Amino acid sequence: MTSVLTPELTARWDEPDSFTLAGYRRAGGYRALAKALAMPPDDVIAAVKESGLRGRGGAGFPTGMKWGFIPQGDGKPHYLVVNADESEPGTCKDIPIMLANPHALIEGAIIAAYAIRARQAFIYVRGEVLHVVRRVHHAVAEASEAGYLGSDILRSGFDLDIVVHAGAGAYECGEETALLDSLEGYRGQPRLKPPFPAIEGLYACPTVVNNVESIASVPYIIARGAPEFAALGTEKSKGFGIFSLSGHVTTPGQYEAPLGVTLRELLSLAGGVRAGHRLKFWTPGGSSTPIFTDKHLDVPLDFEAVGAAGSMLGTRALQIFDETTCVVRATLRWMEFYKHESCGKCTPCREGTYWIVGLLDSLERGEGSEADLDKLLDICDNILGRAFCPFGDGAVSPVVSSIKYFRDEFIEHSKRGGCPFDPAESTVFRDWRSSAR
Amino acid sequence: MAFTDEQLAGLQAEAAQIIARYPKSRSALLPLLHLVQAAEGYVSMDGVEFCARQLDLSEAEVTAVLSFYTMYKRKPVGDYHVGVCTNTLCAVLGGDAIYASLRSHLGTDGDDPTPDGKVSLERVECNAACDYAPVMLVNWEFFDNMTPDSARDLVDGLRAGADIVPTRGAPRLVTWREAARILAGFPDDQATGGQTAGGPTLAGLRIARQNGWSPDMADQAAAGSGAGQDRTDAGAHNGGPQ
Repeated sequence: MTSVLTPELTARWDEPDSFTLAGYRRAGGYRALAKALAMPPDDVIAAVKESGLRGRGGAGFPTGMKWGFIPQGDGKPHYLVVNADESEPGTCKDIPIMLANPHALIEGAIIAAYAIRARQAFIYVRGEVLHVVRRVHHAVAEASEAGYLGSDILRSGFDLDIVVHAGAGAYECGEETALLDSLEGYRGQPRLKPPFPAIEGLYACPTVVNNVESIASVPYIIARGAPEFAALGTEKSKGFGIFSLSGHVTTPGQYEAPLGVTLRELLSLAGGVRAGHRLKFWTPGGSSTPIFTDKHLDVPLDFEAVGAAGSMLGTRALQIFDETTCVVRATLRWMEFYKHESCGKCTPCREGTYWIVGLLDSLERGEGSEADLDKLLDICDNILGRAFCPFGDGAVSPVVSSIKYFRDEFIEHSKRGGCPFDPAESTVFRDWRSSAR
Repeated sequence: MAFTDEQLAGLQAEAAQIIARYPKSRSALLPLLHLVQAAEGYVSMDGVEFCARQLDLSEAEVTAVLSFYTMYKRKPVGDYHVGVCTNTLCAVLGGDAIYASLRSHLGTDGDDPTPDGKVSLERVECNAACDYAPVMLVNWEFFDNMTPDSARDLVDGLRAGADIVPTRGAPRLVTWREAARILAGFPDDQATGGQTAGGPTLAGLRIARQNGWSPDMADQAAAGSGAGQDRTDAGAHNGGPQ
């Protein structure tokens, strides 16, 4: 029988010492590093290209190709920067990787740095996850002690240092060029591309910025060989990835599966939507990806099929909402987030998110009109494609998609002069009414 | 707040260690602000001046960065800074009710500490723990699957000095200032303690184990070789079938 789930990154998470060097080595950890260091760096890049690995941070850009863009022999320092600023609403896969298996990230980072010929790497971790920061520091210290970091790693002549850098609370820093500005000690605001980071990244030097899960997938690809990774998944979306189920689902959690699995399959493993309720809407890859409904249960969750169905695979953050949830409230809250987190650099995003929140707020209170929906869509049209970074495009996703699928529900608010839903029904506890008072 | 000479000497020594980590000194600004926050509990204009001097920046340049990032506070917060996630998923599952309950229970919000200085309250955005919703944080440690009642018990315990242990975090809950020090890049000795993976983290792995599923088996199926059998090299690499 085919394996619906394919635990690899998650495979040892239940071992009490999975986060330690000893635990990681017991399962064969750091053998991929030895193998990679015996290969020419270009062969390592070729292997990652052949594997078909695409960025696991949401955009899905081929990882090996990104590495191949780094100019070699240019005389400049090269940098590897790991984007561990996980903060896309609904996304919760990198945090457990770093808590339970940080050495997969460290080993992958050393291999990646070797491939692109970087002697300095940074792990930019969001600041609001204290124990993760501890664990990553600890893993770097253990790896240094064991000779996997520092000078002449495993007598290969390759040197590498990794600095763990904690952020300070800004969603925008998950965007790679904003992250680089933040790492350089500035406000986290995006840069105009081109030049891309591969040419002018950190300190205007060639830089690869990769997501935690992308980098943590590299040891498997090197140890087992690209064909084994590429055998999983679909034609253009190769390999496995972590799917994070949250919300109104019986068993929320992390499910590692080949790309192309469907929500129907994942829900059947997770016990379905919570008892007595039915699926209303869900995000395939975080709040910046247009929502889906119960009509999309069989869409293969890979980059192509989700795109063809009108959304994006994103970070495979499957937030499940049942029929008790008001889609207007959900959309308003997401937009309050985007308004709060807009870095302010681009006028359409900064001003647009402000006006969208105002309109949605009045609609949710039943004080809006149907004409407001057209106004909302018009504002969205003026944000989409008109900002430096994908933040603006992501911000309009919940508005446009919720109006597309639930236009009547918006109008119902206006007709009734208020929200037809009882928020207590959506909570996971029953006693909130008495408690809240 | 003004630093004593002794404080200043200590801060300067640690600032030098931070600056030495980076190819260019300005990269040290975020950790330096965390360091100042560890010393002061927030970042005062004296703290801004300190950072500016270490990095040869103007105070305006430092303030511009300080004001961008929400984790830096411009005025004192509680010893235990409590965050309630009210982004959509947590809000819908109960975060809104928890926040409303705590605000009325504590009589404070918006970072202002309770009169005893113990607890302050803030709405936070998604903290990457959605499978444990509704989620709260205390000094950036996870408190999972909260309810209004468990949230009120938590803050009462914090104010009473009870022994509070995060759901997924260090065995000993550190104070706000201690947390800032860790973020500055000076971790404490608690990395090896605490829970590594809670139930939701392991949900998929448990099902895969029950069914004997693994990437190897899936590979074989994909290669058309039929039902999976044990491979001789199975388990050779991290994450192979146990």
